[in-house]
Amino acid sequence: MSDHHHDHASEPGSPLAETDLRVRALESLLVEKGLVDPAALDAVIDTYETKVGPRNGARVVARAWADPDYRARLLKDATPAIAELDYAGRQGEHLVAVENTPALHNMVVCTLCSCYPWPVLGLPPVWYKSAPYRSKAVKDPRGVLRDFGFELPEGTQIRVWDSTAEIRYLVLPLRPAGTEGWSEERLVSLVTRDSMIGTGLPKQPHEAA
Amino acid sequence: MDGAHDMGGTDGFGPVVAEFDEPVFHAAWERRAFAITLAMGMPGGWNIDMSRFAREDRPPEDYLGMSYYQIWLAGVERLMLERGLIASDEIDAGKPLHPAKPVAKTLTPDGVAKMLHRGGPTERNNAPSPALFAPGDRVRAKVIHPPTHTRLPQYARGHYGTVERVLGFHVFPDSNATGEGENPQWLYTVTFDGGELWGQASEPSLKVSIDAWEPYLERA
Repeated sequence: MSDHHHDHASEPGSPLAETDLRVRALESLLVEKGLVDPAALDAVIDTYETKVGPRNGARVVARAWADPDYRARLLKDATPAIAELDYAGRQGEHLVAVENTPALHNMVVCTLCSCYPWPVLGLPPVWYKSAPYRSKAVKDPRGVLRDFGFELPEGTQIRVWDSTAEIRYLVLPLRPAGTEGWSEERLVSLVTRDSMIGTGLPKQPHEAA
Repeated sequence: MDGAHDMGGTDGFGPVVAEFDEPVFHAAWERRAFAITLAMGMPGGWNIDMSRFAREDRPPEDYLGMSYYQIWLAGVERLMLERGLIASDEIDAGKPLHPAKPVAKTLTPDGVAKMLHRGGPTERNNAPSPALFAPGDRVRAKVIHPPTHTRLPQYARGHYGTVERVLGFHVFPDSNATGEGENPQWLYTVTFDGGELWGQASEPSLKVSIDAWEPYLERA
């Protein structure tokens, strides 16, 4: 798909200006027909702009780092383990957590569309939904990691999970060294969104906010 | 369908470019198109597999030339048009020109949290027979090319892999997308060696898995 996102939507006569007008017309039509309530649309948008996002997943990961029993529950059956933190629902009905180790790096993709674990990561970023990522992740994941600016050690095995069904995958990244004794709350600050997709690593202790 | 959406392994799209500090939406219309899509599922009555097919079933140049939410918009428009909920002259006019078709229910502001929290689980508990395959079994992904919706990516078809997990008994998209019903089937994680998929040029240690319903697989 194209990178039209980065064009200026307000440019008169541009395809995106036309799309903008079309969406306004469509919403007016649907409201007048009694098919949608604009306040319900506002509530949907607010959910994904302010309530559901990668901070949720970071809490899951930090708890798994801090609590070995929770980690075991998460890896055994992620859906109820994640529901313990009250994260559940649309595009996260069936969750699986996959654990990185020094010998294994996991990466998650959806080559067919844009499947992504919404309750723990929010809506996917543009690159996750883009043709470059969807095409390359299953064939050259190491190249994808280079695109993200890091080189996986040669001896590390790489494992790609293509989300072709309704199972949604969350990567449990390796806990950074030098964080012994850190509280769960402090560990949250190290967990990046990309580390839970497998296209990045957690922050190191000196990078934490 | 063998469409442009089935991208795994295609070359030439260039590097993955991430945007720094990316917003959830990039334009006001993206917000509304996203929310309209979620909200219309209730009065529309279609399922996720019908939605996916409505997005992917278009000429490759259109699929590749449209932005993500333009595809969503085109998909939801198509689903509404097909069911007579709206007419194309009404979209152009931005107002109703024909009598509204009655719908069973619409999404209310109070119903949003409940709808999103419930989601749409696809696992069913009415399996008439046990799973055919078990972890460790060798299987081959069938060579199929249905013109309709399927979730078996082309790069896996014809290749040999190993069943890693049995994921339960799940709604079968190939049936659900065409209106033939849920027709649930056993679902498995099947893992392929990189060399099996991509030949000798593959990263030696690479393993790729897909989640595949039983009708996609045959014993190897």
